[in-house]
Amino acid sequence: MVADYLERLRREGRIVIVGASLAGLRAAETLRAEGFAGSLTLIGDEPYEPYDRPPLSKAVLLGRASARHTELPHRREIDAKWRLGVAATGLDLTAKRVRLADGDEVEYDRLLIATGVRARPWPKEEEARLDGVCVLRTRDDAARLYQRLRSGPRRVVVIGAGFAGSEVASACREKGIPVTVAERAGAPLVGALGGAIGAVAADLQLENGVDLRTRVTVTALEGDAIGRVRAVHLSDESVVEADVVVVSLGSQRNTEWLTGSGLGAGPRGVACDAGCRAFDFRGIVTDDVFVAGDVARSPHALFGYQFLSLEHWGNAVAQAETAAHNMICHGADRRPHLWMPAFWSSQFGVNIKSVGVPPMGEQLMITQGSLAERRFVGVYGHQGRTVAAVTFDNARWLEFYQRQIEQGAPFPVEFPTVDRRPEGRQPVPADFPDPSLPTHGPTVTLSGYSPADRQLVFTPARH
Amino acid sequence: MRLVVDLNKCQGYAQCAFLAPDVFALHGEEALLYDPRAAEEQRERLARAVAACPVQAITADGLDGAGGATAEAGQGESGGR
Ligand SMILES: Cc1cc2nc3c(=O)[nH]c(=O)nc-3n(C[C@H](O)[C@H](O)[C@H](O)COP(=O)(O)OP(=O)(O)OC[C@H]3O[C@@H](n4cnc5c(N)ncnc54)[C@H](O)[C@@H]3O)c2cc1C
Ligand code: SF4
Repeated sequence: MVADYLERLRREGRIVIVGASLAGLRAAETLRAEGFAGSLTLIGDEPYEPYDRPPLSKAVLLGRASARHTELPHRREIDAKWRLGVAATGLDLTAKRVRLADGDEVEYDRLLIATGVRARPWPKEEEARLDGVCVLRTRDDAARLYQRLRSGPRRVVVIGAGFAGSEVASACREKGIPVTVAERAGAPLVGALGGAIGAVAADLQLENGVDLRTRVTVTALEGDAIGRVRAVHLSDESVVEADVVVVSLGSQRNTEWLTGSGLGAGPRGVACDAGCRAFDFRGIVTDDVFVAGDVARSPHALFGYQFLSLEHWGNAVAQAETAAHNMICHGADRRPHLWMPAFWSSQFGVNIKSVGVPPMGEQLMITQGSLAERRFVGVYGHQGRTVAAVTFDNARWLEFYQRQIEQGAPFPVEFPTVDRRPEGRQPVPADFPDPSLPTHGPTVTLSGYSPADRQLVFTPARH
Repeated sequence: MRLVVDLNKCQGYAQCAFLAPDVFALHGEEALLYDPRAAEEQRERLARAVAACPVQAITADGLDGAGGATAEAGQGESGGR
């Protein structure tokens, strides 16, 4: 019976993908590559075919690529029905139907949710509407910001020094534009990489002429008589005059359209099992609804089955491939999404890459190079195990550390390293902020725990 | 032609930047910058870069002129299909 159902699904079933971006496209390609011959519909609220976002804060702002031309290459023909420029507004799990903003309804046999995240807007709406206040998530955002930077602003203020904000600041400096970065934490990138590495990122910004203000919050954006932003007020009572403000306060998951559907979806994303099947709000796994990409939250065996939300390009690709595979195969052939978290960023001419889950680490050891030279490998440890590594201009070593993490290698690391400096001999605190304090920064959030574990609340030990 | 580089895989060896300098460039020591939309006259050079990348990090389509087909020497991070 089950075999019959799957055969029919593969031959003439209806698969609907909501969210036509990186995860949606790669899932569609995988479905076809694995022999899905039924009807495939991609629904996306942006009026564009899937495009790549990482260049938007890098090559595009530097004028080396056009915001309008970052469309993703297709790996193969996908023969899909595209519903672009129309949002999904609701989901009926019983009738297996997706409701669209234009009143249409689309029926599915299996559904993939890949609606990603959006930029968190400046919370005060009136101030957010001031001319010159920008966010950066879509190609339209990037085109607008690029135009603003080209028109020679007197000063740009970036609110939030996570990866995106730091990349914007880097592009401004490269273009010779004065830029102020305001950050609540003690340094840039603290949420993602901790204070010890954050201090290096801070030096990098200062050295490149960024006016970096840490341990401050922005209290108000001030407009002029005709509604253009003219100044930014900080919690230390200082005022910075600027005509462009880039709000870079992290992201919000696009799950509102699932409200009331009965799925376990909310501000933290859509929870799913290791096979990418969505949980309903009771914590019971659904059969026909799958999740992938930035919107997903899934347990990872290597990291204590904690639910990870990874806003990383590589995760979206790998999870989409796994979800698509699992959507059209038998239970025994399903694969878990065991992708090793990894990301990159480039800023101020430095290539920053990481594998594993740095925010899990309490301690950090520099195993190669040196922080002062801004060329190093840092290894993060958690309860005697290596859980992550970060490199600044030292990417070639990452693969080695990835294997260490996969094998649960001990921490502090025991192997002799090729050019270990004195600073590498002792682990130091990785210095992540208290997770109970509000922050916008981390690209990885840890929450929840394995269904198999009796602990109901998991709070990582911090000091 | 469209292209994308899996920068998790990329090792910054810069073969692509030697072979197609108008499409790829190193920024600093090892950060790779590229234009995701390569001009038509870059076809040959882009094809050579795709083939030469030691970690198969570059995916491009339209290389054979058909518009839809894909040149990709390797697979995604998660491997099999
Ligand atoms: C400026 C920028 C720089 C980045 N740089 C890096 C980097 O250097 N390294 C890295 O690893 N990652 C980076 N990322 C992150 C990476 O781009 C994301 O991880 C990736 O885009 C996730 O893909 P996704 O398909 O899951 O989600 P998204 O790309 O967010 O796509 C979701 C799509 O669904 C649509 N959608 C939402 N709601 C609905 C609805 N109700 N109905 C229909 N459609 C809907 C959205 O509009 C969007 O088009 C960057 C992101 C940005 C914005
Ligand atoms: S050839 Fe490949 S590994 Fe080398 S820089 Fe280009 S994309 Fe990266």
